[in-house]
Amino acid sequence: MQQAKPDGVTPSQTVGPYFAYGLTPNGKYDWNDTFSNNLVTADTSGERIRVEGQVFDGDGAVVPDCMLEIWQADAQGRFADPQDKRALPNSTFKGFGRIGTDAKGGYAFDTIKPGQVADPDGKPQAPHIVLAVFARGMLLHNYSRIYFDGEAANAADPVLALVPADRRATLIATRQPGGNAVYRFDVHLQGDKETVFFDV
Amino acid sequence: MTLVYPVQSLAAHPPRLSPAYKSTVKRSPSKPLIPMRHTLSELTGPVYGHETVRENDHDLTVQGKGEPIGERIIVHGHVLDEDGRGVPNTLVELWQANACGRYVHVVDQHPAPLDPNFTGAGRAQSDAQGYYRFVTIKPGAYPWGNHHNAWRPAHIHFSVFGHSFVSRLVTQMYFPGDPLFPFDPIFNSVTDEKARSRMISSFDLENTRPDWALCYRFDIVLRGRNATPMENK
Repeated sequence: MQQAKPDGVTPSQTVGPYFAYGLTPNGKYDWNDTFSNNLVTADTSGERIRVEGQVFDGDGAVVPDCMLEIWQADAQGRFADPQDKRALPNSTFKGFGRIGTDAKGGYAFDTIKPGQVADPDGKPQAPHIVLAVFARGMLLHNYSRIYFDGEAANAADPVLALVPADRRATLIATRQPGGNAVYRFDVHLQGDKETVFFDV
Repeated sequence: MTLVYPVQSLAAHPPRLSPAYKSTVKRSPSKPLIPMRHTLSELTGPVYGHETVRENDHDLTVQGKGEPIGERIIVHGHVLDEDGRGVPNTLVELWQANACGRYVHVVDQHPAPLDPNFTGAGRAQSDAQGYYRFVTIKPGAYPWGNHHNAWRPAHIHFSVFGHSFVSRLVTQMYFPGDPLFPFDPIFNSVTDEKARSRMISSFDLENTRPDWALCYRFDIVLRGRNATPMENK
């Protein structure tokens, strides 16, 4: 169906301080979660990783009322969306996760390292996860990307190349010591360490 | 059909730094956002089926042991793209205060009563035409700490997905004629009056159910337009 052409999009408004019981109840409220911070399903192939970190404001204070959402390709670089026409062997892998930060501004996602996805010219992008950041005090969510350190493809990534060299590190999750594949990715909403956000 | 998502459409949104809403001062970027072309990562988005929505998730008045207190209302409308096409099978989540203006969230300390029969959370999936419908209670206005005697106009929070990750929208639906509009820095963070009006539901007498509930219509327009727009539409 088609209605009269709208004047424009519905404007964004802040998610506010009270979204948790509706969007991230996590057992604390009388409501069930639609989404979780664990993207790994029984038939998901690929390298299991954890991405964790904290969210900070412009004063360096932790942000305990932030919601983070991630969207990513599977290990073969395919998206669980019919708009991506290629076959999906990971039938139950959805590629989407959501979490609310804890009292220390902390979060973690358990997922798999995504494969490479082509840019509009067919050039491979380095493995990355798309991140959306929502919070009280944010009238419109911010988009960022999580890349992985030690990844040779980062050097040729067409999106990282758009970012001033002295800010690129804000987009690269750092591998933590130890046997498990844990990457740290802090989000700084503002200031000297500000995470790069994209105008998309 | 391939949809495109021009960044020009973002002009309707509020600026990230809107100092009258004080929390934006330390939570908005101080450095320029980096423009980039959309890749498949931005042009695709999560797809969830009907299994994510349970039978009564759209009716916030039947989730407790008894009926919640307050004015029962129907809130319905279409999720649309920028060309006015319905966005089918997309998840619509909402959350809101109760009739007294109190959220069940643990952080909400407004001294108004909680309602044991009202959580204030709901979800629905748009149908093949983009239509969605909720039954709920009209939320109350409530005070907040932004400035002296600050009150939020009654509103319902909406979270919608759409066709791609860049069509993602979190917004608030307001009620027509609210006297608090001129004083609310969140509502007025949207600087264009026509854009602001798109956040206000309209009273819908035609779909008001006699002897049962008033109805409000709220169409939600997400980013996304046909890559090759036709003339004279």
